[in-house]
Amino acid sequence: MYRSNVLVCGGTGCSSSGSKLIIETLQEEIKKNGLEKEVNVVQTGCFGLCALGPIMIVYPEGSYYSMVKVEDIPEIVSEHLLKGRVVQRLLYQETVTAEGVKSLRDTDFYKKQLRVALRNCGVINPEVIDEYIATDGYQALGKVLTEMQPQEVIDVVLKSGLRGRGGGGFPTGRKWDLARKLVPNAPQKYVCCNADEGDPGAFMDRSVLEGDPHVVLEAMAIAGYAIGATQGYIYVRAEYPIAVKRLEIAIEQAREYGLLGKNIFETGFDFDVDIRLGAGAFVCGEETALMTSIEGNRGEPRPRPPFPAEAGLWHAPTILNNVETYANVPQIILKGAEWFAAMGTEKSKGTKVFALGGKINNTGLVEIPMGTTLREVLYEIGGGIPNGKKFKAAQTGGPSGGCIPMEHIDIPIDYDNLISIGSMMGSGGLIVMDEDNCMVDIAKFFLQFTVDESCGKCTPCRVGTKRLYEMLEKITSGKGELADLDKMEELCHYIKNNSLCGLGQTAPNPVLSTLRFFRDEYVAHVTEKRCPAHVCKDLMQIKIIAEKCKGCTACSRVCPVGAISGTVKNPHVIDQKKCIKCGACMEKCKFGAIIKE
Amino acid sequence: MPIKTPAVPFQGTAEQENKLLTVIGEYKEREGSLLRILQEAQEIYGYLPIEVQRLISEELNIPLEKIYGVTTFYSQFSLNPKGKYRISVCLGTACYVKGSGEVFEKLQDKLGIKGGEITSDGKFSLDDCRCIGACGLAPVLTINEDVYGRLTGGELDEILAKYN
Repeated sequence: MYRSNVLVCGGTGCSSSGSKLIIETLQEEIKKNGLEKEVNVVQTGCFGLCALGPIMIVYPEGSYYSMVKVEDIPEIVSEHLLKGRVVQRLLYQETVTAEGVKSLRDTDFYKKQLRVALRNCGVINPEVIDEYIATDGYQALGKVLTEMQPQEVIDVVLKSGLRGRGGGGFPTGRKWDLARKLVPNAPQKYVCCNADEGDPGAFMDRSVLEGDPHVVLEAMAIAGYAIGATQGYIYVRAEYPIAVKRLEIAIEQAREYGLLGKNIFETGFDFDVDIRLGAGAFVCGEETALMTSIEGNRGEPRPRPPFPAEAGLWHAPTILNNVETYANVPQIILKGAEWFAAMGTEKSKGTKVFALGGKINNTGLVEIPMGTTLREVLYEIGGGIPNGKKFKAAQTGGPSGGCIPMEHIDIPIDYDNLISIGSMMGSGGLIVMDEDNCMVDIAKFFLQFTVDESCGKCTPCRVGTKRLYEMLEKITSGKGELADLDKMEELCHYIKNNSLCGLGQTAPNPVLSTLRFFRDEYVAHVTEKRCPAHVCKDLMQIKIIAEKCKGCTACSRVCPVGAISGTVKNPHVIDQKKCIKCGACMEKCKFGAIIKE
Repeated sequence: MPIKTPAVPFQGTAEQENKLLTVIGEYKEREGSLLRILQEAQEIYGYLPIEVQRLISEELNIPLEKIYGVTTFYSQFSLNPKGKYRISVCLGTACYVKGSGEVFEKLQDKLGIKGGEITSDGKFSLDDCRCIGACGLAPVLTINEDVYGRLTGGELDEILAKYN
């Protein structure tokens, strides 16, 4: 038994800001103070509040240290761990009140959250199976194998109302039911997990894999029992090295414990899982493309039907669910369909994890009950927009989604509401934009993405997205005409209606939704040749305000093209013909005399 | 389509080839293992020159056209050698809205190369990447295993100077 447990986040966000070195230093200092038998250091998964990383929590007190630096460690060890005096100055300031230190649960960031899929992230050591088992891990699998018929399992999942968390929102239970029944007596079936999180700006699947890998294995085995499969594949991005490593460890430990492999729980049920590494192709998030890729080919989608539930991987009946979907399954089995269905809205049950990013104070991972409003997420949990800027839009659904403007900020978040305002749930990226972001530029950014990622198999997507991109480029370079806006809309609908797979069918959404809610910005680009947010380079100028310029010459010295002229102590001038709008001068100016216009 | 050969000639060693042959032997019989073999091959050589693809083609008895189709489909595979220091700028949405596009442009100017290219001394190569999941630190770039976050663009010279 240890007197104190120190949990340090080893997720990607905190690792990137140096949590590994923090752990090493911590262990050294603990040793120096002779506390190694009293204090235990645990590397966990993500706590969620990535903006304040590296994060460290000391139990039993629950002291939440944020933005920990290596040089702070000796003080934390000698003061807190040795003498029991919490180092207030280094705590997450939200938790420090006049009455003392308040619990993390009561901070704005955490109090409206409900952690179901992320329940173990930041709590257990993901590399130790016993810790997962200690939090009811593999109990659901035991219950399913010893007490339930496969059809009963499917009925529970159906009744819970769980829908796919990867984007489309298809009812998970129905998918399983089809795979169980469509092909009677199929010699082989497969259970696949989509961990190829491709939406740039979404990293919840990664956090589950890094923080709680066993939950995915357990759920896949449950799914295997339900549909009658004995083999599972996890298709995970090679760009996620920590997640891959922890999955490998988890699979090995589960095999050792007899929780994967032959004759699990001595019930005669066999199930094993293999990892397949994705190689960086967004289209592989589409189910048929993902399966083609597992087979070792170019990951191109194919027409459906036949649906994978009938003929998927190697033509065998296959189900594919994403990581977050699986993360809900064991608890649904243990706590019951009613428990799950009591959370959320009428048609969207349970919780959803969002990766909050962009122009927001509390960037990180949040899990909220379905039906929470966007305003609550942004202003209460997210802590609002930094630097006193004005909110412009929240983008959900990544390259397949849309931008939600201020007028819809009170909408309760669920699958159907988001679709009704031209966006979609997607995998849960939630990127916030402020007045400095140009919505035409954002639409162009997403189109550039789909042009790159279109696999090229069908013409509407391959050629259509390219033409759409060119039209956007025409507008951002100041050559657009009003008629282009209508032409773009027409092309968008053509691409949506005629593309083979979900990538093409949703690719125009960023354009359609910005045209719908921010048409005035497009019109300003076209008729006034002006970019209201001063982002599009062809439509803005960098100028020196003569009254503010002190003539320090810093700008003219840094200008790479010699566009700035002027003499010492006299206002300088930018030659617009030479200026390449790199902004180097703005960074150098100490007097705020250089502006974009 | 003609296959473009990179400016730097192929310099594979016998040791690398042996390693690759071992990998191929290990995975050959497994269904759908081409991706895995290519990933391992890239680990060994650092990239996938046409010579390596040809060897894999012969060993697996899969037409080179198909292998080339796969290597050019996935962004993880590179047909060109990478620099001693691989710079990768995140152009995921969260980083983009916080200005990573400008960071990427500045690096192109500073290094005198475009994305996907390598400096003539072989020191730096520059690529963009999609979300590394460190959105809390946006905008982010990585150089080999090192992560640099909360960039403004002003610190790039200082960062590059660390690598020799």
